[in-house]
Amino acid sequence: MTSVLTPSLTAHWDEPDSFTLAGYRRAGGYTALAKALEMPPDDVIATVKASGLRGRGGAGFPTGVKWGFIPQGDGKPHYLVVNADESEPGTCKDIPIMLANPHALVEGAIIAAYAIRAQRAFIYVRGEVLHVIRRVHHAIAEAYEAGFVGENILRSGFDLEIVVHAGAGAYECGEETALLDSLEGFRGQPRLKPPFPAIEGLYACPTVVNNVESIASVPAIISGGAEAFAALGTERSKGFGIFSLSGHVTTPGQYEAPLGVTLRELLSLAGGVRAGHRLKFWTPGGSSTPIFTDEHLDIPLDFESVGAAGSMLGTRALQIFDETTCVVRATLRWMEFYQHESCGKCTPCREGTYWIVQLLESLENGQGADSDLDKLLDICDNILGRAFCPFGDGAVSPVMSSIKYFRDEFTEHSKRGGCPFDPVRSTVFGGSGGSPPRASTAGGSRGSSPAASTAGGSRGSSPAASTAGGSAQAGS
Amino acid sequence: MAFSEQVRAALAADAAEIIARYPRRRSALLPLLHLVQAEEGYVSADGITFCAEQLDLSEAEVTAVVSFYTMYKRRPVGEYHVGVCTNTLCAVLGGDAIYADLRSHLGTEADEATRDGKVSLEHIECNAACDYAPVVMVNWEFFDNMTPQSARDLVDGLRSGADIVPTRGAPRLCSWREASRILAGFPDDQASGGHTAGDPTLAGLRIAKENGWTPEPVTEGGQR
Repeated sequence: MTSVLTPSLTAHWDEPDSFTLAGYRRAGGYTALAKALEMPPDDVIATVKASGLRGRGGAGFPTGVKWGFIPQGDGKPHYLVVNADESEPGTCKDIPIMLANPHALVEGAIIAAYAIRAQRAFIYVRGEVLHVIRRVHHAIAEAYEAGFVGENILRSGFDLEIVVHAGAGAYECGEETALLDSLEGFRGQPRLKPPFPAIEGLYACPTVVNNVESIASVPAIISGGAEAFAALGTERSKGFGIFSLSGHVTTPGQYEAPLGVTLRELLSLAGGVRAGHRLKFWTPGGSSTPIFTDEHLDIPLDFESVGAAGSMLGTRALQIFDETTCVVRATLRWMEFYQHESCGKCTPCREGTYWIVQLLESLENGQGADSDLDKLLDICDNILGRAFCPFGDGAVSPVMSSIKYFRDEFTEHSKRGGCPFDPVRSTVFGGSGGSPPRASTAGGSRGSSPAASTAGGSRGSSPAASTAGGSAQAGS
Repeated sequence: MAFSEQVRAALAADAAEIIARYPRRRSALLPLLHLVQAEEGYVSADGITFCAEQLDLSEAEVTAVVSFYTMYKRRPVGEYHVGVCTNTLCAVLGGDAIYADLRSHLGTEADEATRDGKVSLEHIECNAACDYAPVVMVNWEFFDNMTPQSARDLVDGLRSGADIVPTRGAPRLCSWREASRILAGFPDDQASGGHTAGDPTLAGLRIAKENGWTPEPVTEGGQR
């Protein structure tokens, strides 16, 4: 029997000191760096190319190929920028990497910088994760002290400075050119490509922008060899990646597996959809990837298969929603997010997301008409492919796909003059169906009352809370 | 009110350190804004002027950046700024109910501090902790798997000075201003403390260990 899960990045997360230099070195850390520094930089690039590693930030561009685009001998400074601005709804893999194993990211960054001949690297971490930022600073400080960063690293003659840069709250900065603008001290708005960052990136110099998980995967490729990495996964989607299960699933969490694993396999390991319920819809790779339904449980989660089925592998952010969830409400909430986060540069995206929210609001409240669905699709059609960056394409994904699979549910709202779903049944604390509340150990305040047990009965001045009481009684 | 000379000198020393991290001065703008927010609790007109002077920018150029990013506040927030995730997944799993409940419990508008100055509330977008939904952040530390009741207890505890510890975060919860200083690139000494990985983070690893699963390829004739 082969391994369904393949912990590599996650392999030592359960050790209490996994985030320290000592813990990382005990697990073989920084041996890949020593090996890489003895190789010519072009051989490092060739190794990463041969491994088949594709960008883990969503787009799936081959990492080694990206490194190979950096012009050499051009006399300009080169930069490595790590995209640690993890913000795609549903995506929650880079944060645990940086909390539990920041040295894998630091070691990977040093190797990548050496390969592309950059002497300065920036790690752009979203600002809303304070302890993660502490851990990354701490890991870099340890690496400096050990001589892995700084001047003449391991007497190789290679110099590198790494700077941690905290963002300030803007989803758009996860797009690579917007991230570069932000890092240059501007509003985070995208640039027109070409030129691509490899030619004109940070300060108009050759720049590689890579996702945290991509970079953190590099040490294992260098030490274990490209072949070992490429032996896992599928023909064109090689290696392993972290799959993040969240939502109405018995055991949500991080599952590292070869690309090509199916949701059915992952769900069976995670105890399935929460007890008493069934799968309704899910995202394969964050909210910007068109939703799937229970028809798609056996699609191999690799770039090609997910694409062929009409969605995208994205960030492997598997958000699971059961039959208690109103798809119109879910779509509306996603669109409120895109409306809020649209950077405003491109008119179709800036205006279209507002229009979509208004239409979805009236549909969810039962005040819409069936013709609104065609209007929605028309607006989507006018955003899709008409913006500088992929934000616009991502924003229309939930709308187009939810209408595709659940058109009847939209019309049902209009017919009934309201939403047929009770939102309380979808919550972890008010849902029926025998699912034990997961909230009993919520870290909040010491000495608090057992949270979950009283949640259902919370005396509600708000409509949500008062219905919570009713439903919990009905359900239990 | 302009900064006192003493405050100004201290800020200028920090600013010089921040600017030195970058090949070009303007890159220092985001951390400088975190720095002035750490000083005053929000980005004031004086804070904007200070940043503009440090980087040879106009105040309009700085203001344009401030208004783009949601973490910069233009008026004082609470000592503990509470963010409830109401992006779809958290919203559906309970974030909407938690936010509505806290709003009525605190009786404040978004980003508005309670009268004692202790707590302010906003709804936030996905904070990359979906496997711990519903998620609440306090000064950008994780409070996982929340309910309306545990969220009420949390804000009540913050207001009464109870010992509040994040689910996954530093052992000691920073104030809003202390947190802003860390974001400016001046971390405190708490990196080694606190939690590293909760149950969801380890869910797959535990199953793999029970089954002896590893990434090593299966060799011919080998078994696993």
